[in-house]
Amino acid sequence: MLEVARLSKHFGGVRAVDELDFRVEAGEIFGLIGPNGSGKSTTVNMIAGIFAPTAGEIIFDGVDITEAPPHITLHAGIARTFQNIRLFNNMTVWENLWVAQNSAKQKRTGNPLARWMGGSRRAAAAVEEYLEFSNLAHKRDELAGNLAFGEQRRLEVARSLAAEPKFLLLDEPAAGMNLEEVKELDERLRVLRDRGVTILLVEHVMELVMEVTDRIAVLNFGRKIAEGTPSEVQKNQAVMDAYLGAGEGGSDA
Amino acid sequence: MDDFTWGLVQIVGVHTILGLSAYVILLTGQVSMAQAGFVAIGAYVAGMLTVLAEWHIIPAMVTGGLAASVLACIVGFPALRIRGLMLVVATIAFGEFVRLFWFNFDYRIAKGDIVVGPEGGEGFKQIRFFPENGWTTQDVAAFVWVVAAIILATLWWMDRSRAGKVLRAVGEDEMAAQSVGINLTVVKVAAFTAGGFIAGIAGAIYAHYTTHIEHLNFDILMATFAIAYPILGGLANVWGTLFAAFFIQVIVIEVLRDLGDVRNLMFGALIILVMNFLPHGLFSAKVVRKLKEWMGIGKMSDA
Repeated sequence: MLEVARLSKHFGGVRAVDELDFRVEAGEIFGLIGPNGSGKSTTVNMIAGIFAPTAGEIIFDGVDITEAPPHITLHAGIARTFQNIRLFNNMTVWENLWVAQNSAKQKRTGNPLARWMGGSRRAAAAVEEYLEFSNLAHKRDELAGNLAFGEQRRLEVARSLAAEPKFLLLDEPAAGMNLEEVKELDERLRVLRDRGVTILLVEHVMELVMEVTDRIAVLNFGRKIAEGTPSEVQKNQAVMDAYLGAGEGGSDA
Repeated sequence: MDDFTWGLVQIVGVHTILGLSAYVILLTGQVSMAQAGFVAIGAYVAGMLTVLAEWHIIPAMVTGGLAASVLACIVGFPALRIRGLMLVVATIAFGEFVRLFWFNFDYRIAKGDIVVGPEGGEGFKQIRFFPENGWTTQDVAAFVWVVAAIILATLWWMDRSRAGKVLRAVGEDEMAAQSVGINLTVVKVAAFTAGGFIAGIAGAIYAHYTTHIEHLNFDILMATFAIAYPILGGLANVWGTLFAAFFIQVIVIEVLRDLGDVRNLMFGALIILVMNFLPHGLFSAKVVRKLKEWMGIGKMSDA
């Protein structure tokens, strides 16, 4: 479904991502792990269209999206969350979901006036569904900036889902969550996969990655050093060296 | 009420429209100091249409607005590449460019036994549509407020619609807005175009009630007023801008007239205080929420 080939991003002399190759198949949860600064977020940002790659290509559903800006990759079916949560803080929970929902509908609604003014009942109904799914229905009129940290994470995932993506890029969704919240997230990710959403999960929380993913790619210094199922990766010597060598980078891989 | 009071009613109306022109652009997080330039375009174009071409005020006003919006659309594109202070500087430069254009613009024709039209640095005199057609000061004030009410209502409705949420989303976080599928180029240029149109309307009315305009009317002070209203009033909804225009023009400038130039100091100090202590204006989203709870008005999402 998503194919990344010889993808590179250089910032000056720093090779943040270097000749990276991987494939994510439709319907799987694919993990992307590695010590801090190994190029995971850079990769996510290139796929989402925030950064233009220095070299290489990104193919999604047979379409080249290497140079596509973020709103185009979204319309192609890729939604994302951010490592440091980025909500519309002075808008309510409901508005955060509504604006994302409507933007996603833009490409499908024929009438330009209806498209611009939006507000269809169907859109409002879909917002209700995402409020329920993310367990935020009781907070609908709260400003996003006033939510607790865990709720903000949930809202951000819900907002990305409101775009009805085929593919979800999650950048450290479990950061700062307690074990119970991680378990909840684990369940939600499985529900999403069962609904047919393919997921690329960037994560440091190994309890989550090793549990929920089907396959994992491990990055170190911008290069892929291993790829395989969670159990294969755990036994891989290069992976252990990378994590131990990186010192405080990862925790318990 | 005497003519002076009716004149004040007109001024507050025009300044409300001026503030709303900056409000639309501020919603997307862009600070435009070009509003006075857009006002000047609306003022001169509409003035020339009623004086030289003898149009009615309404089509002249709309055409003035459209002319300003075309220029605003053109300004909107380079504005995409810059933000923050650099955008402020660039839009000031544009405003001055427009002002100096009218300073050098001379186009007069003979009409009966007098010569009319913009005369460069001397200004554009005798924009006499209202007196020639027998409009009283009250008629003009009513006209100003009908237009202001239409613009207020349109923006209030837009705020509650999808378009308003999209503008706000861009103002809150551009990267997040893009990531939910919003095309920044379209939204920012559209905001500039709409803001230019509204400013042009304000200019058209301004030209006709003062009957005499010159380039110095459209200086940085006017641009500052334009952004001061929504900044003071807050961006939660259009009423903040209306309130701020009333407060500045009536309370600070007229009621305290005896204080003379101290009022200018107060105006500056007020803006500094609000920006420091109430960065979201007097009526921020949070304050509006509290006010609504206090007055028992229903929730937004029920709309």
